[in-house]
Amino acid sequence: MARIGVITFPGSLDERDAQRAIRIAGAEPVALWHGSRDLQGVDALVLPGGFSYGDYLRAGAIAAQAPVMAEVVAAANAGMPVLGICNGFQMLVEAQLLPGGLIRNDHGTFIRRDQALTVENTDTAWTHEFVRGQEIVIPIKNGEGGYIADAETLTTLEGEGRIVFRYAQLNPNGSLNDIAGITNERGNVVGLMPHPEHAVEPGFGPDTRVRMRSGIDGLKFFTSAIAALQAV
Amino acid sequence: MPTIVVEVMPKAELLDPQGKAIAGALARTGRGEFQVRQGKRFELTVPGDELTQELLDQITEIAADVLSNSVIENVVGVHVVAGHGVQPEA
Repeated sequence: MARIGVITFPGSLDERDAQRAIRIAGAEPVALWHGSRDLQGVDALVLPGGFSYGDYLRAGAIAAQAPVMAEVVAAANAGMPVLGICNGFQMLVEAQLLPGGLIRNDHGTFIRRDQALTVENTDTAWTHEFVRGQEIVIPIKNGEGGYIADAETLTTLEGEGRIVFRYAQLNPNGSLNDIAGITNERGNVVGLMPHPEHAVEPGFGPDTRVRMRSGIDGLKFFTSAIAALQAV
Repeated sequence: MPTIVVEVMPKAELLDPQGKAIAGALARTGRGEFQVRQGKRFELTVPGDELTQELLDQITEIAADVLSNSVIENVVGVHVVAGHGVQPEA
């Protein structure tokens, strides 16, 4: 069985939801700790959401300096699937595993809603079970989710198809080009602001047309990664 | 004990929602119409009496690599102020 590590930082909030999502998807979640350099031989990594170090300095900035992050960078560069969710995405840009940055939402307020996204890249470890152009709905909840990058970086991301998710229907935070999530050149590292781990089990996900809280669009992130690991 | 002040501002071309909120509050309360941008000031105090060029270079590097994120912010000042009980330099 694939083993997927979830790293807890001081101030992480969603690590248990991420572990639960991994279990429901059919892999073994492994709890990892920011202060230890030991990745315990996991096959993939999830950096969960929350407010590591209270968002002090900049969101994700202090977590990016944590002892475990040197190992995360090395593993990511060696091709290990790495998913950064919300605060985890902020850590990935602060650790320069992904380009650009995340700033305070343009309207200045915290948002939480069920958010429609278009899946634009289905070649990554975390998205290959989706259909290109598919619209999915998963929750979003953040105060600093505005994606920004300079014009050159945006052109590169667009040209190389590295925008994995775009906000559909409405842009909740002023992100440039409606960017909700991106990947690295290799396609093994994916970061996004919305939360797939909160949409994996009927009864606990976003509302759908069929039934309240029945949305499980987030599950495919994790089953994609598990299938990618088995294919290796 | 010398203290080095590092000042960081959001990049000028980026929206600064915090500054915008402050400007909005000032206008709403009749204090005037301003453009406001909010940045950060860090004070790094080093032990000893002397500040070497090497240490100053090191702090300039820290300012660029850790205290700011060059994607979204600029370091707008790195300067030395005097330590406790000493008059600040002009």
